[in-house]
Amino acid sequence: MAPRAVHPLADIALACQEQAMNTYGFTFHDAVLQALPSGALHWPEAAILVVSDLHLGKSARLSAVGGAQLPPYETRETLQRLGDDLSATKAQRVICLGDSFDAPGIEAALPQEDLLWITRLQAGREWIWIAGNHDPAPVTLKGAHRAEHTEGALTFRHIATADGRAEVSGHYHPKARLSLRGRSVTRPCFLIDDTRLILPAYGAYTGGLHCDAPVLSDLMGPAAQAILTGPRPVAIPMPRRARAG
Amino acid sequence: MRRSVRALLLSDGAGYLSTMTRLPDSLKSWFDARGWQIHPHQRAMLERAADPALLLIAPTGGGKTLAGFLPTLSELADASRNGLHTLYISPLKALAADIRRNLLIPIEEAGLPIRVEDRTGDTPASRKKRQRADPPHILLTTPESLALLTSYEDAPRMFAGLQRVVVDEIHALAESKRGDQLMLALARLQALCPGLRRVGLSATVEDPEAIARLMAHGDQPCEILQADPGPDPDISMLVTDQAPPWAGGGAAYSIPAVLEQVKRHNTTLIFHNTRAQAEIYFHNLWLANEDALPIGIHHGSLDRGQREKVEAAMVRGDLRAIVCTGSLDLGIDWGDVDLVIQVGAPKNVKRLVQRIGRANHRYNAPSKAILVPANRFEVVECLAALEAVKEHDLDGDPRGPGPRDVLCQHILIAAASGPFDADALYEEMRGAGAYAGLTRTQFDACLDFCATGGYALRAYDQWQRLQQRPDGLWQLRDPRSATRIRQNIGTIQDTDTLKVKWRGRGGAPLGEVEEGFAASLTKGDTFLIGGQIVRYEGLRELVVEVTRDPGRKPKIATFMGTKFSTSTQLSDRILRMFRADDWPDLPPHTRDWLHLQREVSHLPEPGRLLVESFPHDGRQQLVVYGFAGRNAQQTLGLLLTKRMEEMGLAPMGFVSTDYATLIWGLDAVTDPAPLFDLEALENGLDTWLAGNAVMKRTFRASATIAGLIERQVGGQRKTGRQATMSSDILYDTLLKYDPDHLLMQITREEAMRGLVDFARIREMSERVGDRIDHLRLSRITPLAAPLFLEPGRVPVNGLADERLMEEEVTRLLNESGLAQVETKPAWRVPW
Repeated sequence: MAPRAVHPLADIALACQEQAMNTYGFTFHDAVLQALPSGALHWPEAAILVVSDLHLGKSARLSAVGGAQLPPYETRETLQRLGDDLSATKAQRVICLGDSFDAPGIEAALPQEDLLWITRLQAGREWIWIAGNHDPAPVTLKGAHRAEHTEGALTFRHIATADGRAEVSGHYHPKARLSLRGRSVTRPCFLIDDTRLILPAYGAYTGGLHCDAPVLSDLMGPAAQAILTGPRPVAIPMPRRARAG
Repeated sequence: MRRSVRALLLSDGAGYLSTMTRLPDSLKSWFDARGWQIHPHQRAMLERAADPALLLIAPTGGGKTLAGFLPTLSELADASRNGLHTLYISPLKALAADIRRNLLIPIEEAGLPIRVEDRTGDTPASRKKRQRADPPHILLTTPESLALLTSYEDAPRMFAGLQRVVVDEIHALAESKRGDQLMLALARLQALCPGLRRVGLSATVEDPEAIARLMAHGDQPCEILQADPGPDPDISMLVTDQAPPWAGGGAAYSIPAVLEQVKRHNTTLIFHNTRAQAEIYFHNLWLANEDALPIGIHHGSLDRGQREKVEAAMVRGDLRAIVCTGSLDLGIDWGDVDLVIQVGAPKNVKRLVQRIGRANHRYNAPSKAILVPANRFEVVECLAALEAVKEHDLDGDPRGPGPRDVLCQHILIAAASGPFDADALYEEMRGAGAYAGLTRTQFDACLDFCATGGYALRAYDQWQRLQQRPDGLWQLRDPRSATRIRQNIGTIQDTDTLKVKWRGRGGAPLGEVEEGFAASLTKGDTFLIGGQIVRYEGLRELVVEVTRDPGRKPKIATFMGTKFSTSTQLSDRILRMFRADDWPDLPPHTRDWLHLQREVSHLPEPGRLLVESFPHDGRQQLVVYGFAGRNAQQTLGLLLTKRMEEMGLAPMGFVSTDYATLIWGLDAVTDPAPLFDLEALENGLDTWLAGNAVMKRTFRASATIAGLIERQVGGQRKTGRQATMSSDILYDTLLKYDPDHLLMQITREEAMRGLVDFARIREMSERVGDRIDHLRLSRITPLAAPLFLEPGRVPVNGLADERLMEEEVTRLLNESGLAQVETKPAWRVPW
């Protein structure tokens, strides 16, 4: 067995370099965190990777209600990305922040291949499924099922609470728009202020809510930042709507 | 339809009606009493009323629509019968309502026992319901409303006994998917009513045979009747003391001269090629309108209420002029129009001739039209167009086989109306001209798409949209999905638009702007809409809120309107004109300008490719004068920017016209030759499918028509929380996991047909060989200038985005004072 690097972060820094991945580092309640280009949150010290709103099985759910049949590839697309992030970060633990599945029991409709893929990703890792509004009941898959989870100073839950402290959540699928010399770029984004961190949706077939929506403006403090995902994650002051008259 | 009854009423000379053997006495005496004459082509329509299909080509004002209805009126006059006899289809809702009013005149005055009703998206639900239970003798409708009617289970009962279908303005429908959908619906009707007779009414077109083939059912004949085309139009180019500007589409210089023309005529239609140009022109026209002549504006982005007000004022004769776009290419009879002014290059000779026809006041009088070039390049194009009109050289490209996205929608419509037999549906569809060559394999792929999604991965068989019953018929798995199918009927692609309203409670609607344009606005920006300058205040529940901003110069005045696909015939004429040493037919200013271009740079020549590069507007510009037609120039833009991206030149976007492509980016091109390697370009053709905006736009349109993406109706869009995923994600997913999926095939096919046109790039490449003239210049050239004002800029998302984003982030951080904070390696939020 090869000797381990002395500092746990060195390993990860190396891995990120190998993958040529640009990350955005910041500190949240003394936890040194990294926003990954994909929208995952990496906590190197705890070897934790956090992802939110995977919405696996969305095309299956939409087919079931008689709508158009979307390409049934979103699950493997999402898992592919998750797999890449896991090998890049070498994370040992995974927290899925809820809405991992698009509907209760929809995992039964996933192709066997996709289910096996999930099992492969879980192998040798601690896996925590947080309940979401789309998947309130425990899924029939391996891993711990929790309403919420606390790790060090941080609390992980699906929907941000009004009085949450050091809270990491998902649910809103935040995205932000930047105007660049007359052109605009929209990206899913992390939102962060002094009490809470909201993750973007990680799943392939997920829309987004502009972070200037009232619900997010109200939730986030005045000094909130938006970390835009993409090849090179960057932070900007969270865009807000101009107050009407 | 313009004249309908009125044309007949206005016809002079004593009519002798004895040849009209089939005209019933009541109608005959009604005519006799007024001493009206029947046109020869109207008589011919009566005589050939039993033909399975007829195509009537008549100029505007030729009494075309009445010709189409005379057989119906005759057949219905005597025998009292119940049920639907004739279906009239027009491309415009307003037209259907107008025809109804016109038809009621002879029906009521001659006391004919005929019930006429219209049915469009605007018809109240209660009347729609009654129409299905108890249809009128004559039903006036649109292709979309007809498609909807055929989707109901009671369609066979409603259409039982239908005798005739009259399709108005078929020349306009024939060029679009609306026409394809209509022809599929007619094939459906033909199956329900085997004896159905069809009549198409068309303006002057370059290839009547092609339209006749569309009108015909299967192998049945479709005779073409040509009305007297009337005298040649009186058409000229506006000559002003002041020269048109070097660049731009505003044509503001022409305002005094145009106002003078408006004063001299009863009613003038002032056509523009884009909505933005119409807005700017209207604004300027009013600034100069010292006599306060009543002048209105009409275009597709205006609120419907506003448009209707203008239309009503026009009909009453209250307006002396109306600034408009293609939204008035078709439409109701505008009464006293005696002059058509075309501002901006006509781009397409056939459309120009049809527009000129709008001024056809009396059948035998020449239409009067004036072309107003907006800039000096357009002077050249106008001259070329004048020559083409004189030579009756109409342009037009044949359409390919029927598009399969429309076919998919038709299969879903069939399913909504009830269980169907695949063999029978296949045979029925092949009866529609554009689909005659449809193979069974192609049909089966469409059926499979409708049933299962047609993916290589067969995931959810238990939830198929269509299922085959034990007796072999196909039906909807969930009958409730019929409602969703009906909500998504139609092939018209609305770009995503946002309503514009005055701020405040109950603010009146002004019109719509494209979502992309709205996204680029920041508070305080001003733009023109409905002829007014407004100030952007903010976005509220997907409504753009604005306030009045009098007296300020609009900072931004661009929103995209319908773009003309321009004809290559005109481009070829222009290239030939450039060959000359001098151009005595051109006004001196334009002549001098071409000489100046020749002096400063080069003039494009047949057999060579002119490429200019220069810095402008903080970016490096590259102009390629390919004269290959807009579509091919567009593709060239895609392929060239892709190669530039690979070469690290950070292109940011491009825009194309009929004659050139302009590419802007962060770095200059020093040697264009490697860019134009045809083989490399052609290899790029497949790979650029990945991730460019034009392909995604094409995919979005086809996926919506084929029923993969459901239109967001009304309230759905307001619930921003359930924000739907963008079609781009579906496109990317299919490209990665299922690149041969039916919709990807359709997208490629559509793009090749519409937006790609690679054949013309190859043709251009062969024409020019290695004769590329690259000129590096210090500033913008005379010929390049107009390109900077072209709408339809296509962004290239790549290197430049990331570079610009860094700039912007730095700016924002500086502004907010956060830049002082150390950001790497582990940036700490300062609290």
